[in-house]
Amino acid sequence: MPTLPIDCTVNGAATHLDVAPRTILADALRQDLGLTGTHVGCAHGSCGACTILLDGAAVRSCLMLAVQAAGHAITTIEGLSNPDALTPLQAAFRKHGALQCGFCTPGMIVTAHALLSANPDADADTIRDMLSGNLCRCTGYISIIEAVLDARAAYQEARA
Amino acid sequence: MASQTLTTPAMPAGQVGRSIPRLEAAAKVTGRAEYVHNMSLPGMLHGKIFRSVIPHGKIKHLDLDAARAVEGVFLVAAIDDIRKVIAHPYYGPAFHDQPILADGKVRYAGEPVAVVLADEAHIAEEAAGLISAEYEELPGVYDEVEAHGAQVFVHDELKPAATFPDLAHLLGRRDTNVALDFQLRRGDADAAFAAAEHVFEHHFRTQPTMHTPLEPFVSIADASGGSLTLHTASQNPSFVRIEIARLLGWPENRVRVKVPYLGGGFGGKLYIKLEALVTALSLIARRPVKISLTMQEQFFMVMRHAATIRIKSGVDKSGRITARSCEVWWNGGAYADIGPRVTQKAGFTAAGPYDIDNVELNSYAVYTNRTPAGALRGFGAPQTCWAYETHTDMIAAKLGIDQLAFRRMNLLHDGRPQATGTILRDAAIDKVLDRVAERMNWGTPLERGTGRIRRGRGIAIGFKGITAPTTSVAMINLYADGSCGLYIGTVDMGQGSDTCMAQIAAEVLNLDAESIKVIHPDTDVTPYDMGTLGSRSTFHMGTAVRLAALDANQKIAALAEELGVPPNSNLPFSELLRRKYRMQAGNIIGIGSFIPGYDKPDQETGQSANVTPFWGVGGSGAEVEIDIETGEFKVTKLVNVADVGAAINPKLLAAQLSGAAIMQLGFTTSENMLYRDGQLTNGSFADYKIPCLLDMPAVFINEFVESRQHDGPFGAKGAGESTTIAVSPAIGNAIADAIGVRLMDLPLTAEAIHGAILAAGIGGDDEH
Ligand code: FES
Ligand code: FES
Repeated sequence: MPTLPIDCTVNGAATHLDVAPRTILADALRQDLGLTGTHVGCAHGSCGACTILLDGAAVRSCLMLAVQAAGHAITTIEGLSNPDALTPLQAAFRKHGALQCGFCTPGMIVTAHALLSANPDADADTIRDMLSGNLCRCTGYISIIEAVLDARAAYQEARA
Repeated sequence: MASQTLTTPAMPAGQVGRSIPRLEAAAKVTGRAEYVHNMSLPGMLHGKIFRSVIPHGKIKHLDLDAARAVEGVFLVAAIDDIRKVIAHPYYGPAFHDQPILADGKVRYAGEPVAVVLADEAHIAEEAAGLISAEYEELPGVYDEVEAHGAQVFVHDELKPAATFPDLAHLLGRRDTNVALDFQLRRGDADAAFAAAEHVFEHHFRTQPTMHTPLEPFVSIADASGGSLTLHTASQNPSFVRIEIARLLGWPENRVRVKVPYLGGGFGGKLYIKLEALVTALSLIARRPVKISLTMQEQFFMVMRHAATIRIKSGVDKSGRITARSCEVWWNGGAYADIGPRVTQKAGFTAAGPYDIDNVELNSYAVYTNRTPAGALRGFGAPQTCWAYETHTDMIAAKLGIDQLAFRRMNLLHDGRPQATGTILRDAAIDKVLDRVAERMNWGTPLERGTGRIRRGRGIAIGFKGITAPTTSVAMINLYADGSCGLYIGTVDMGQGSDTCMAQIAAEVLNLDAESIKVIHPDTDVTPYDMGTLGSRSTFHMGTAVRLAALDANQKIAALAEELGVPPNSNLPFSELLRRKYRMQAGNIIGIGSFIPGYDKPDQETGQSANVTPFWGVGGSGAEVEIDIETGEFKVTKLVNVADVGAAINPKLLAAQLSGAAIMQLGFTTSENMLYRDGQLTNGSFADYKIPCLLDMPAVFINEFVESRQHDGPFGAKGAGESTTIAVSPAIGNAIADAIGVRLMDLPLTAEAIHGAILAAGIGGDDEH
């Protein structure tokens, strides 16, 4: 199978990939780069489990071809984590029990991070709207809203 | 460290009842948690399934050549290939009726017929698309009531598994689609109906739905080295091992089943799903094989039973229900899976949580040409509750009695016999109902609206028995440095069992729950557990864990005595081990096993002195707002209350209760597997809509009451299903309250409401 070379930035590091043109971005991240925190639930754009940041915007990596990432900066849940401590959003998810099976969780956190980075004052309604494309089959969502509301303070501080 | 020398800590350790964050939270929020979804083995092949496009027919010809010719394809297999490694390739928990791949015949659209293996999944997928099959189509049966008496048979004869002795009488039964008929007889229903002041009869239907865990079914088999290791997203590794060993004719110790975290299960990932298929393929290929279903394919694996329910009640002058008869047809799909158990267990409680002297129940598991139906969160209880709680509401309305008062008047209380004859114990049915009423402000009138927008409210309550008798075994390993490992076969699929079990062990051992390591299911390492299903883990495994911890404490005490250490010396067990082995060495191993008492129900009457280890109880209340011109409606308030016995971890419990309720909200208002001529027409997340954040009721309250289960670990009982039970009828009753029209079939959609409004003419207060 012929491959195409692409260069992009993944979690801050310049990255070169040779991918078959048909390769889905989610698969390239998971299989070629071992970034398995990006989960694939529906693989057709409906659940949000595969959400990543493309130049800071939340996008569904199951709906993109890997070659479309050329020249762009990608951030996955691994890139939003640091080895020493949980980030404010991660800590809030943990504290509020905003996860059960955890399969939707990376996508939720990535989406919530994009939202709070742009709008640290987002109210509950805005959060509901922005996260409504991320499906969770387990939690019933209450704790997810609580966690995102709680994490706002850190984003407000970062802005100040 | 506090004293380890007492079998019971002098002070409660305070581990049970704490809302600690789940132990694996950090791994999950950073994307590091282990799922089979993420696993890959060296040399692993990927399998893609070629499926039947017709619902019923004989396979006349299967053309695999084009697929075999695709570059990169390693193997293309059909049933004859499977037979080379598994001579009798039929499996199932209740009936051995399901072939690993279609065997001469297909019984539902979407049934696996052949598989392609390749190094890369997309090559396998491409090749599978080149397979073609010719069928001789047979007429199909799709509706559960029609199939009951049809002359088209899904199976030639019934093949019950030997594991369920109470199914033995069905062996070899021919020319029927009824896999199991359960019946219950209590008192004299005929006489009571004849004597009743009022008799009411209604018919209800529930639709087929799917679990849709976000992590679709996925299994890996590695038989490359003479024994077999399965890595599988399964809710019951012990059963997988037993069933795979049976299929292979191997001893259990040659089959190893490992389960990491699951991305959701909800009853779908029970018994055998992909495991037999990947096992056979790995044996043929002599390489590891992984099959990951897509979200669309999940709808061809297993679904929740659709059901048709006829229910009839006799009521005396005072408003007491004196007789109830129910007939339930369960749409079991093409293979029995655990359907016969659903039929029986849901049959026990199909008359509802009421004190009724004369009860007659018939419950039928019926084969049809659809996706096999199995367990889904509630084991049939939500379907029967839809019927009996709508029916109960309709009777109250007809008699002009308040819905709450009518329920209270007839409620089943502790100390009274349930329909099976089992005396109710530790079931907080009354408390749950009271709490629902309170949170609904039932005593305060509701502003009902005029004009286009109408409001209404409804309540409902239900209960369920628990699968019995089942066994759990737990092992505690105390290491010489003072730390502790807990070895259990319970699968943490999101419910939080790792955390809850660690809390139970910690309470007895007087350790910090957070310091305990829970060793995940690995049948080479962890002891037997029947399965993570039916709200059984907290009660069964929780008890086994408690007993294992007590056993460990006893061994600590014995060791202290052996070493001549006085009983209250407060020496930690690590110090005892050091003294005994003269270095940091050795282990203390505690074992606990638990099987609750059970009395097998009588075959004719369904009567039993002890039919369930405990009762799951759930109540719901709903307020709705309906636009009577369009039928559009909103659930503006949803209250759910469960009887949890006692809360091991209140915060984990809260998420479980709200999650169960939202799932059932989906099964009530939007989710519906739509079939046309035996073909599923909406099997994807784009077309089959599960609840999202915008579907959350504006007021969404989930609470529990405590009944203290007398033999539960620290008073606890299971609660993973309780808030699914009564959601649908609470909403249906609220809709009827708002518009005076009844919907008898689920789901409750704007279209259905609009149709009902048109048919009845709005403003009517007729209760039919
Ligand atoms: S996996 Fe990409 S949206 Fe579902
Ligand atoms: S936690 Fe399981 S899907 Fe959200």
